[in-house]
Amino acid sequence: MSSENQKDIDDVTGIDTTGHAWDGIKELNNPLPRWWLWSFYLTIIWGIGYVIAYPAWPVINGATAGVLGYSTRGEVAQDIARFEEANAQISAQLAAADLSTLAENPELQRFATSAGGAVFRNNCSQCHGSGAAGFIGYPNLLDDDWLWGGDFDNIEYTIRHGIRNEEDWDARYSEMTAYDEIFTDEEVDATVQYVRQISGQEHDATLAAAGEELFVNNCAACHGENGNGDYGLGAPNLTDAIWLYGGDVASLEETVRYARFGVMPPWGSRLSEAEIKAVTAYVHQLGGGE
Amino acid sequence: MTKIGSGRLDPHQGPTGTFTPKQQHEVAAGPVFIGAAPRRGFSMGNYIKLIALGLITLFAAIAANWGRDAAYIVHAVIIMVVAGFMFLRVLRATDNPVKAVATDGYIDDVIRAGVIATGFWGVVGFLVGVIIAFQLAFPQLNFEFLQPYGNFGRLRPLHTSAVIFAFGGNALIMSSFYIVQRTCGARLWGGASLSWFVFWGYQLFIVLAATGYLLGSTQSKEYAEPEWYVDIWLTVVWLAFLAVYLGTIFKRTEKHIYVANWFLLSFIITVAMLHLINNISIPVSIWGSKSVQIFSGVQDAMTQWWYGHNAVGFFLTAGFLGMMYYFVPKQAGRPVYSYKLSIIHFWALIFLYIWAGPHHLHYTALPDWASTLGMVFSIILWMPSWGGMINGLMTLQGAWDKLRTDPIIRMMVISLAFYGMSTFEGPMMSIRAVNSLSHYTDWTIGHVHSGALGWNGMITFSALYFLTPKLWGRASMYSMSAINWHFWLATIGIILYAASMWVTGIMEGLMWREVDANGFLVNSFADTVSAKFPMYVVRGLGGVLYLTGALIMTWNMWMTIRGGAKQKALVGIPAE
Repeated sequence: MSSENQKDIDDVTGIDTTGHAWDGIKELNNPLPRWWLWSFYLTIIWGIGYVIAYPAWPVINGATAGVLGYSTRGEVAQDIARFEEANAQISAQLAAADLSTLAENPELQRFATSAGGAVFRNNCSQCHGSGAAGFIGYPNLLDDDWLWGGDFDNIEYTIRHGIRNEEDWDARYSEMTAYDEIFTDEEVDATVQYVRQISGQEHDATLAAAGEELFVNNCAACHGENGNGDYGLGAPNLTDAIWLYGGDVASLEETVRYARFGVMPPWGSRLSEAEIKAVTAYVHQLGGGE
Repeated sequence: MTKIGSGRLDPHQGPTGTFTPKQQHEVAAGPVFIGAAPRRGFSMGNYIKLIALGLITLFAAIAANWGRDAAYIVHAVIIMVVAGFMFLRVLRATDNPVKAVATDGYIDDVIRAGVIATGFWGVVGFLVGVIIAFQLAFPQLNFEFLQPYGNFGRLRPLHTSAVIFAFGGNALIMSSFYIVQRTCGARLWGGASLSWFVFWGYQLFIVLAATGYLLGSTQSKEYAEPEWYVDIWLTVVWLAFLAVYLGTIFKRTEKHIYVANWFLLSFIITVAMLHLINNISIPVSIWGSKSVQIFSGVQDAMTQWWYGHNAVGFFLTAGFLGMMYYFVPKQAGRPVYSYKLSIIHFWALIFLYIWAGPHHLHYTALPDWASTLGMVFSIILWMPSWGGMINGLMTLQGAWDKLRTDPIIRMMVISLAFYGMSTFEGPMMSIRAVNSLSHYTDWTIGHVHSGALGWNGMITFSALYFLTPKLWGRASMYSMSAINWHFWLATIGIILYAASMWVTGIMEGLMWREVDANGFLVNSFADTVSAKFPMYVVRGLGGVLYLTGALIMTWNMWMTIRGGAKQKALVGIPAE
């Protein structure tokens, strides 16, 4: 079909075709678009420059390092070093600081709070929530109701050693009795109603009256005569409206029957001294610090 | 019939080539007996078939009994039922008169089945995509009663495999069969039975993969989740596909091999290679689905992303470019813009793509040199990728007016536009500095979907609109305005999807890296998750629009196939 003398010309564009046709499809003999070709060349030239500048070619021992001496690990290390250097002095100051006098040094306090916030968001927010408002089973850290105490020392101890974990021998520990097999069903109901009474909720007065004696004999040892709780044992205050596992009848019944066993990991081995101080200061200033 | 978009050729493109399939309609006309007396046959081939199928049935029954996990047992039962059914079918047919097998003309029955399968799996894949999009926005949709089967973690690979391998794979297989016959002027090599084996074998692979995911069987390699025995089966089917394809090219009556076939052949060969190497694993037991990868650590990651990236490069790019190079000039009735460009960009594309995988592993344990090379090859790949777009769009030179009147052409144009956009976005995201922002964010998801929904989806839809009337002998699709609706629903859907993922991806990347003056992180991960919520809803709505468009298309296809007075089969014979 096609030869030098007898070209097959496309009548719309006036361009000759290659002379073949497949199922009616022909191909025009257009040249490569110039801009396309030059862009292609440019990317190749750029590529050659880039592989000279950066680590690129594998050789027997490792790879070419590139004339810029760049490495991704180096870049990250540089970034970290820059901040660590800038923060070195104040970090050391924080690690050695007595947190109870932190308020006297506003600059250090500001640093501790923002550092502590970052530590919290990275390590604590998974359970306590990014706003520290907690969740069922995970304490709200914004209020002034504490299980193990809310002053600097207690908060720092809890962070360092955690609660009821098996990794740290100094972890805070206590265990509530499960009354399922100790109490009769009526006794469980009575105790639950009594707890609802002392927490100021709607309750069955007859059952609650029966529950008072059970409470005094069984629960008061940890939760206190009046149900105010005990920091030393991590026993919650039962007279307020704040509930870790819920204050409704069903939740209370489950707690009385089967007890609860909340666990927190120790952070002393994972965070630096300055980070522990910082996150302590952060949690303390969230709203309920004692 | 002067209606535009009826898929007819322009008059100036007369019948060409040396091969004219004879009397296509006779093929569809039913059994014809060879000779005067019907031959009753129990051939050697049937003996072998019966023995093989019987053994497979027996082995699958044993496997179902001894299987160690749910997925394996269910799969053994499926294989047992399929092989048993085939055994009975062969057995019952042995005493029947041997039907005449048409030996000329194109083989189109299997392509018709492929068209239907493409539409069906498309709807399934998009539906699962919409479900998991809303599961991300509203985690409560991971209903307790559906656990563990309906969990996002199991539905997500179901979605990706359904759209890539079931929808995309069927589209590629059926259009390969269609294109290779037409452009080679040759009947499929291996005859109808081998191409049917490819079709049904591939559907079996899809069913095994999908049920496996739901039952918790996965080797945890993205886009290569199916376990060892499913991989082996796919290898068998794929080699049969390669044989059909290559065989047809070898016996072509055209002197030259058309550009679409270069792309399709490179797709079939490379996917075979990728699949074989990335799935090298040792089964823990022959009676269980679990296997252990032969590579470990960063070698495994690199092999996986060499595979993963080239699944995009050769499955979703080269394969679909093959489709584009046939359907766009056919629908436009125009010659391909530049033969030279097609050669250069083809070779540049397949040479460069294979090296670009490491850009998926920037800032990981992968050595910097590999990451640099991945990035450089990705950038150089930009122009070769665009070569396909230029050649596709410029093919419309002299047919731009059809953009107003022919919704199928409009779909092709938008498809090429999204192809161009995502093949620019890809190299850009491979730049290390850009990647440090985009990596692990929803930007990547948006990028993939502008390519998948825009390029792969739209070119497939237009191929289906081209093929359905042709293959069933209709003058045109049942409803042109339904195609128009599909076009707009899909386009708006993609825009909602891509735009919301850009916004949320860049926002998320910026939030992750945000530090205060002392270098402390400002946001927690949960903050970034809750900030993304509105965009997740927008993305889900985009998916709903896209799915609605696909449902309209399947309805339109159904009405086309069913409706109207059937014309004399035009299949294989260039009109006018």
